[in-house]
Order: sequence, then C-alpha cells, then structure tokens
Amino acid sequence: MSNLLDLLVAGLATGAIYALVAVGFTLLWQTSQTINFAQGEFVMLPAFLMLATMHAGAPFWLAIIIGILLSMILLGLGFKMLLVDPMLRHGVLPLAIATMALAIGIKEAVKQFFSAEASPFPSIVPTNEISVFGHDISLQSLGVFVVAILAVVGLTALLNRTSLGHQMQAAAQNPTVARIIGVPVERMILLTFLINAVLVALASLLITPIYLAKFSSGEVLGQAAFIAAIVGGFNQVRGAIAGGLLIGVLDNLSAAYVSTQYRAAVPLIVLIVVILFRPQGLMGRSEERTV
Amino acid sequence: MSANARYLRLATGLVAIAALMVIPMNFNRYGLFILSQWAVMTIAAMGLNLTLGYAGQVSLAQGAFVGVGAYASAILTTHGWPLPAALGVSILASFIVGWLLGYPALRVQHHYLAFVTLAFSTLAFLVFRNESWLTGGIYGISNIPRPHIFGFATNKPLPFYYLCLGSLGLVSLAVWWLIRSPWGRAFMALRENPLRAQSLGVDTRRYTLMAFAIGSALGGVAGGLYAPLTQYIDPVPFNLSLSLDLLMMVIVGGSGFFFGPFLGAMIAVLLPEWLRFTQGYYLMLYAIAVILLLIWSPTGILGILDRFLANRRTRVASALRAVTKSRLETVQ
Repeated sequence: MSNLLDLLVAGLATGAIYALVAVGFTLLWQTSQTINFAQGEFVMLPAFLMLATMHAGAPFWLAIIIGILLSMILLGLGFKMLLVDPMLRHGVLPLAIATMALAIGIKEAVKQFFSAEASPFPSIVPTNEISVFGHDISLQSLGVFVVAILAVVGLTALLNRTSLGHQMQAAAQNPTVARIIGVPVERMILLTFLINAVLVALASLLITPIYLAKFSSGEVLGQAAFIAAIVGGFNQVRGAIAGGLLIGVLDNLSAAYVSTQYRAAVPLIVLIVVILFRPQGLMGRSEERTV
Repeated sequence: MSANARYLRLATGLVAIAALMVIPMNFNRYGLFILSQWAVMTIAAMGLNLTLGYAGQVSLAQGAFVGVGAYASAILTTHGWPLPAALGVSILASFIVGWLLGYPALRVQHHYLAFVTLAFSTLAFLVFRNESWLTGGIYGISNIPRPHIFGFATNKPLPFYYLCLGSLGLVSLAVWWLIRSPWGRAFMALRENPLRAQSLGVDTRRYTLMAFAIGSALGGVAGGLYAPLTQYIDPVPFNLSLSLDLLMMVIVGGSGFFFGPFLGAMIAVLLPEWLRFTQGYYLMLYAIAVILLLIWSPTGILGILDRFLANRRTRVASALRAVTKSRLETVQ
C-alpha cells in the first residue's frame, strides 16, 4: 500500500510538470498553430542557462530570475520573431519541421558550449522525507506537485478571470473578430509565447533536480508532454492539465505493475486509443471539419 | 514542354547517373558507406514522399518501417536466406504492418495521424529493444552477410554501393510509373481535395490506405538494404529521430516533387559530413541551415527551382505577348 502511495505521489509530481509543459504546448497551438517539436528542449535549456549564470558567480535565486528572463527572451520573443513569424503563413508542416531542426540545434549547442555530461542541479524544494500517517513521503515530490499546480491554477485564473485572459482567448479562438472588437491580437499572441517560455523555465526548475541537467533530457520530456497534450485535448488548457497528471501517474504505475521494459508503451497505447475513439481528446471540443 | 527541354532533361539525368557510377570509383571505404547510406535513405524518403507529398498523409512512422525491413532482412539473412528473398519478406512485412497501422489510423487525418504514427514509431522501437529472442535486444544482430548478386560478391564497399544505387534506380522507375498511373492521380486527388475525389468516385479510404502501405513498403526496401550495409543493427538507429529525419528530408528536398527525396537525403546525409571540418559545430550548423532554408522556401529546395521556372515561363509568355501585340498593331 505504501508503495502505491509513493508511486501516486511521484506520479502526480511528474504529471504536474508534464501538465506545465503540455499547457504551454496547447497555448502555442491555439494561438498560432505551432506544433512545437522542440518543447522538450525548451524545458532542458533554462536549467543550463541557470547553471551558466551560477557558474558566473550569481547566487541561486538570482540565477533563477536571470534564467527565466533569458528564457523569455530566447524561447519566447526570439522563437516567435525569428522562427514562427516568418514561417506561419506557409502552413503547419514546414513550421513543425523547422522546430524539429531547432530541437537538434538546441541540443547540439548545449552539448558543445556547456557539457555532454549530466550535471547536478539544486532543488528549490526540500529533498528530505516527511512522515504522513506512518508513511514516508518524499517532500520533493510533494513540493514539485504544489508549485506546479499553483502555477497552472494561476494561469487558468489569468485566462478565465481577467480581461487580459479573455482577450487572449478571443485572439486564439477567432483572430478576425477579436481584431474587429479591438483586441490587440499580435500582442496577445506574443504574450502566449512569453507565457510558454515562463512555463518551460518553471518546469525546468522543477524537474532538473530530479533527473539532472543533460542535453538529451528534453527528448523524453517533450514526448511525454506531447502525449499529455493530445490525450487531454489538444485545444483545451484544462485538457492538457488532466492529460499531464494522467500520463504522469500512468507512467509511474505501469513501471511498477506492468513491466519496466514496456513502461513507455502504456501512455502510447492510451494515446492511440484516445485518438481513435475520441480524437478531440478526453476533455477537448471537436474541431469543425473545413472543406 | 518543348522537345529541346526534354532532351536537356534526359541528358542531365544521364550525366547524373554516370557521375554517380563513375566518380565514387576511387572513394575510400567511408565515402562509399556514406553514399550507399544516401541511396538507402533516398529510397525510404521516396516512400514517405509518396505518402506525404502525393497522398497528403503526414506519417511519423517511416523510420519504424525501415526498422521492420531491416530486422526482417537481418534475421533472415543471418539464417542463411539469400538477400533478394529476405528483401521480399522485408517489403511484405512492412507493407502488411503499414496496412494494419493504416487501417485504424486513417480514420483520423492531418496532425492526428501524425500523432498516431508517432506513437507507433516509439512502440516499434520498444518491441525492437525488448523482444530479444527475435531481435537480439540492445545487443542487436551482428555479422549480417552481404549478398552475392548474379554470382558477384558484394562484400567490398564498391560493389555494395552499386547494389544500393541499382536498387535506388529500380525503386525510382517503379515510383515514376506509379505516380503516372491512375493510382498516382488518385493519390494526388486525395491530397488536393479528398471530398471532391470521393464525389468523383475515388474510393478515398482504400487509396489512402494503399498510398500509406506502399510508402511503408518502400521504407521496408530501405531497411532491407540498410541491414547488410551496416552489417550490424540495433534498435537505436530506428527510433523516432529517424522518422523525424526522413520527414525533414522530404520537406527540405521538396515534398510532392519526384526528385525532392534525392536532394533532401543529400542534405541530411551528406551535408553533416561536409560540415565535419567544423568539428563539434557541424550538427548545429546543419540545424541552422535547415531552418534558414525552410524560412526562405517552405516548399523545399525544389520549391525554389519551381518558382524560378514558373517566373521565367510567365516572363517569356508576357514577352511573347508583347511582341505579338506590337506586331499586330504595326499590321493594322
């Protein structure tokens, strides 16, 4: 039983991180039809930006701030202006391919300019264990879960409760009409890219202490977030949250109860089944077919 | 097209084939390996071009089909089968797997199809890695023999390169014929306007499935040649990144253009080698080059050529019109 509880807590913690990344992923898709195959690398990079800042002598808290700012500039503003804007009008596929190339570029750049080895990364939450009803529960998992969920709840509140959030949703759902009623659509789209950059930086901050900072760690993470986004519903923020938690828990449980060899297969099979029987995702709305 | 242009094209083609046969004669082992790899990857990319460029179905599983073909060929040839027979099984296996995947997957389209095939690709990798009774697991299959073709041993790099080049030639002819057949036209109709194709009596479901399975089978051909080329296979080369690479080849070369995969595979296989003098930076430069190319021309390299030719044709036509017009005016 205690084993199951541990697995659930650990699963929810990684799931919450997947949810962060998946939410960013769906935001980019909604506002600018960008399928970002480099999303995993986007999570890997900020940890290295923070490490580099710390190597330059900055304390951890300052490194976090600088890391988030740098990631907003590079992965938010830079990504939008240099890659998405020039390519968007040419359709979904060339842009998706360009993000694949970007993923290779980021990986190689980190390997070349930083290190090909895994580096340890300090944790922002305590790493010891606490006792709850006689069970030892990892405080790190709990902390990660709480921070990630707070971020997601904050973002959802921003999107659903504020005028800014409503404008962003309008810009995503129907840019033409949004423009007519005076929503600054361009600025809203830029804002989603910045939000995505903050989300991946936060995810990076939370997950890197668990899995170490390595140039190749984005591959697995990117794919998990990708699956989470689709399973939950590609066009819904709440779908991405549910999908992330579900995939995180499934991943951990199947490693223990199915087989360690095929642990990665379980989320994939769920993905295939969901797409075949409910292509809009568990919580998504269906997209109208355009003729 | 005028007769002159046709001869020019034919001559360019013949020169290219002759160059591919003659120039590598004094290449070293590694150079020949890279060129053979180019031929093999071109075959796989041609299959994907058929699925994506002509029939408009985004597949992220082509690498897995190359894997299916490679394992079929490796397992059978190490058990003493001749390569042509093993290649036949490779083609059949990947065709059937493609059909079985396509049957449920083609219920969904566009990016959903991409996601299903992506999941399949990773599942196939897990099977290659975990079913060690069949695939040798992480240790892979080694000592894959190279075949004797019509009594010629292809153990040396040069004869094996010719085998790859010959196979590429055969596959090219087959694809060339296919896209000009009624089937090929049906494929293109699917890409351009599926609803309209359906209303004209094209059985869309069957043709999409066919395009997908034939594309997969070509992946199998590539895999069947890849195994004896490297003489050792393990699951790593057939993971998702191969599928992504192949997709990149098709888009970079120019999806929907017959010669797109040739150029795309050249960029993906040869460009990193040419950039090797930059040492650790070569893959970074390669990624930047691909991004810049796609920003400049999202329809790939052949898209640039296509636009250039279209422009010239318009210019020639308007020049002709101007001349005729002025002539008509002087007559009056």
